[in-house]
Amino acid sequence: MVRLADLSDADRDNMLKKVPTLPRFDARPFVRGPALEKRRVAIVSTAGLHIRGDKPFGSGNAAMDYRVIPGYIEASELVMSHMSVNFDRSGFQEDWNVVFPLDRLNELAKEGVIGSVAEYHYSFMGAVSPVTNYEPKANELAAHLLNDKVDAVLLTPV
Amino acid sequence: MREHTEALAPPRALWVPFMLGRPFGAPGDAAFQRKVLIAALGLLERDAGPVLEDFPENAALDARPAPAGLVCPVAFPVLPKAGSLVQDLIDEVTQLNAWHDVAVKYRGRSTLGVTGLAIMDIVSHLEAWLSGGPPSWVVPGLSQGETLKHACDELRAFYLEAKAMQPGLHSSDSLQRWFWLETVAGEALLKIREIAANSANASAKAVAVQSIVPRVVEGWLNQRSAQAHAATPGKENPLLQGE
Repeated sequence: MVRLADLSDADRDNMLKKVPTLPRFDARPFVRGPALEKRRVAIVSTAGLHIRGDKPFGSGNAAMDYRVIPGYIEASELVMSHMSVNFDRSGFQEDWNVVFPLDRLNELAKEGVIGSVAEYHYSFMGAVSPVTNYEPKANELAAHLLNDKVDAVLLTPV
Repeated sequence: MREHTEALAPPRALWVPFMLGRPFGAPGDAAFQRKVLIAALGLLERDAGPVLEDFPENAALDARPAPAGLVCPVAFPVLPKAGSLVQDLIDEVTQLNAWHDVAVKYRGRSTLGVTGLAIMDIVSHLEAWLSGGPPSWVVPGLSQGETLKHACDELRAFYLEAKAMQPGLHSSDSLQRWFWLETVAGEALLKIREIAANSANASAKAVAVQSIVPRVVEGWLNQRSAQAHAATPGKENPLLQGE
């Protein structure tokens, strides 16, 4: 997220014109769960991240696919192939945690602030409109998260 | 975007005032990233929602010096431009390679590797575009447009990773301005966008329209043109010409 005032005129206009096109959801489930120190947390990013060697993100129906990022991955293995050029990448180039805070999450687990870190994390490329096109893949992913005993997801847009 | 989150109204959201591309605020600042992460995870303990909370702090100033004590292993003289965009690009990449090596050693990683191509193969692919048409080869499994898009992004990543190691202050904005306004590579990508936009290949055409040059760069280019125009004698005010 970002301040509108910090964007260029063209970027600001582009962001604002999307607002009326966003879906409004009638159902607003609000789920409560265990205390934070008992939660198992996964990251689901929309930054177009994947392991080097995985198929890069692209266009068409494949744009809604997600990539699997194992929890044991090293920073040197993670790359970004988001189709958008309209966001900063120099931060990610310097430090993956600014986009994918796995080191920070592992630290919190070690200190007992959260219960544990999921075995797998995931990334979409968040550039598809309408966002409801992601629903089938989101449902598929939810099943994987449940099987991994995940009960907290950190959704990180870029 | 706060406005997007307000519209979608997810159960729990933390709005952060950081630039797009940096949801945890500050590269290299673990303490700050941790604060953002704990603020987001803390929303899980709310009993009612939807919750949209503002993170109260800005990230530290983006402009920071390159890491101290780095020595580029190879000192290249600044080569005069050869006059051909392709040759100038090859020369520029060759020079920057030494700085990119420093980046890989210092950071322990590079974000290149999306296409699986070595940097000079990426240049070779782009060279074919600069010569007027779609290259005869693509990365297996990718369309012509996807290959072009990722090749352009990887070239830009190579430049930014290398530049960040050179002495001086660097920020996201300064790195972008340098790439698009001062390098041969920036000039080459602008040219390729034009060529691809007019090509018969549908996937390349689509990429050229919106996925090679950032929107913000258009504004910079317009400003530069206006400044160049104003600096030209007799062209300060086109309305007065001929008087």
